[in-house]
Formats: sequence, C-alpha cells, structure tokens
Amino acid sequence: MPFNMTISPDFKPELISGWYIFNTWLQKKIDTHIHIDLVNDFSELADAINNNSIDLIYANPCDIAKLVREKEFTPIVQPVGTQDETIIVCNAQHPVDDIETLSSGIKVAMTDVPDVNTIGLIMLEPADISPADIEPVICRNYITVAKKLINGEADIGFLLADAYDEFSNLVKKQLHSIISSKIHVLHHAFLAGPAFNEQQKLQQALLFMNDDPAALQILNSLEIDKWQAMDREEAEFLIDLMETLSPES
Amino acid sequence: MQDMKPEDLASDVYQQASLTFYDGSTRQILYTDIETRFPEGCLIVSRTDLDGFITHVNKSFVLMSGFSETELIGQPHYILRHPFMPPAAFAGLWETIQKKQKWHGYVKNLRKDGGYYWVYATVIPNIRDGKIVSYTSVRRKPSAKKVAECIELYPTLF
Repeated sequence: MPFNMTISPDFKPELISGWYIFNTWLQKKIDTHIHIDLVNDFSELADAINNNSIDLIYANPCDIAKLVREKEFTPIVQPVGTQDETIIVCNAQHPVDDIETLSSGIKVAMTDVPDVNTIGLIMLEPADISPADIEPVICRNYITVAKKLINGEADIGFLLADAYDEFSNLVKKQLHSIISSKIHVLHHAFLAGPAFNEQQKLQQALLFMNDDPAALQILNSLEIDKWQAMDREEAEFLIDLMETLSPES
Repeated sequence: MQDMKPEDLASDVYQQASLTFYDGSTRQILYTDIETRFPEGCLIVSRTDLDGFITHVNKSFVLMSGFSETELIGQPHYILRHPFMPPAAFAGLWETIQKKQKWHGYVKNLRKDGGYYWVYATVIPNIRDGKIVSYTSVRRKPSAKKVAECIELYPTLF
C-alpha cells in the first residue's frame, strides 16, 4: 500500500504539477510508493490529519504543533530562505496610512490560511481590535481577497506577502499596503508520520536535492531554494512560538 | 549585573532608582523619559533558562533593548526591568509559567540608554517530555489604549 503525501493547501495552484514531478522524483530516489492526496482547504486537511490518513506533509507552521505533538510526526527538512510573512492591504482609493486609525467592526477579507490570519490579527492589536471585533469575509484565495477590496466589499485584507508581491501591477495599483510583518521565523516544514519508516532515507534524499542540478531544478520549480535538515527541537521552537501568538494569548 | 552609567544614557536629564530583584541582587537604574516606538510588524523573541538567564535573542530584541547580542546572552532577563513596573507583575509571571501556563501582560521595558518601550508580552514554558526546560518570551506592539490603562494602574500596585 502506498504512503500518502499531502501539501498544505496554501500552496499556489500553479505549483500543482511541480509537486507531482517532485513526488515522481522522490519515489524513484527512495524506492518507495507514494501517492499524492491533495486537499482543497484547511478544513479538509484537519480531517485528514485527524483520520491519520497522511504519512508525509509539507505543512503550514500552524499545523506543525498537532502533527508533532499529537500525531507523532517527525520533522525532516525546512525550506531555506522562505518565510511566511503577512501584509495587510486596503483599497488604494481609501488608503489607510496607520493601522491604529482602524476601529472595531471592520470587514476583513481573508483566506483560511492559518498563519497568515494569525499574524494579520496580531498586527491589528495596536488598534485595539481583537478577533471578536472584526467581520471576516472568507475568500477562496488571495486574488479573491484583492477583488473584495477593490470592489469595496471589505475594508482591509490579509495576504501572504509573497502572494501580494506576485500580483500584477494592475492589481497592485488598486491596493494600498498598510503594514507588513517582519517576523523572519515562521516557515513551512516537511514532516513524516510515524508509519513512514524510512525517515532518515527521506531526509538524505531531500538534502541531496541541493547538490543535484536536476533535482534542484525540481525544487526551484516549487519556489524553494533548498532544504535544510530540521530536528525535533527546531520544530518545538516553532510550535512554542506559534503558541505565544495564538489568539487566546 | 552592572549598575547603569550616565555615559550610556541618551540624555543628560535622567532619574535614578535602586531595584532589588527576586534573587536579592540590586541594580542602580538611570532612566529617561525617552520612548522608543515598537517597530511595525516586528516581534521581539527571546529564550531564557529556568533561572531567567537569556540564552537566545532575535534582531528585534537587540534593536529595541539597545544592547548587543553579546551583552545580552547570559544576563538575567531583568536587565530590562524598568522601575515603573510593579514587582507584583513579575511575581505573577513566574508563578504562572512555573505552573506550565501561558502568561501575558503589558510591560514597560528599560533600554540600555535609559529610555523605555512598551510591549505586549507573552511568556510560555518550553515543555519537553513533561518537564519545563526553558522559557520563550515574545513581545509585540501593544494597544495604545491598553498602555494608557497600565500607566494609570501600575503605580497603584506598589
């Protein structure tokens, strides 16, 4: 029976084929049958995690705590130089220059990407706005967040900074950046579940990608520069950090 | 820990105080009214050992404290203690985290140059195999309204 691999659903749709190519490469490299099982959103991912139906995952930092501490996943590698930063934007025709001028009751366009939303909400705290003080406008993806703002259906929006950077100039001209996070320590990670018994082989294969031009090309097509090994304590540090940022804190 | 020196201050106008910490040590504090605003979008992150000695700081910590990383590592976290802060706040902090719970509160921190900066701080125990092995503290930009409330409240807690 093949192992199941999934990718955190916040990856860019245009990278889907890249993840399938990555899986083909990985299966050959470690001589193990792996099936990619993509989920549509974080709700489906939570179900898959709860049902123990995942063996390998490229995970969002907000999911790492449950995977490592409850489901006994092992951290394998993390991307180098790829960090999750959040930007808060609004409509350029109604620019907000200072986050502290915002008030409770604002409509916030957001996706279901947990770390982006967590950091977005933290950046609203100086305005004395708590999660209970906003009206969420849930969007399927980042471009929908932009559309909601441009159409005046939301006051501000939470975006992954990298996603905002890749918007066309036409879209960017209609948006105004209010604030960007500069946290530098939040990142995704590649984890293996307890049933996957070739963890060391997997880590060696992934680290090998950095030195093999063909494999590196596959990795770069996923917009990852290279991998670095991640140990349990590094994962625990990330988990502790996320815990300090959780909404109840 | 060394007493503060006038030559390290950002201003010739300052006040003095003597602080005694939980371990019985004392420090002469020189402090000014100069506030450093919390940098937008940043987090200050540090770790301490079980006795509160700093083992890790990030760049924002270095920037806001005014110390170098070398000066901070190995120092007690109370190197940031401002005389405005009531000791009861920190007693509550230690009591909470030693019970394996998360603590959070608004804190006025002291800079090396005698100035200050307000933060919203969260401290958690780092638990490994059921035991606390260290503590992580993350500070973020506070609400101005909450800081104003603390400015009223804290002097009543001494």
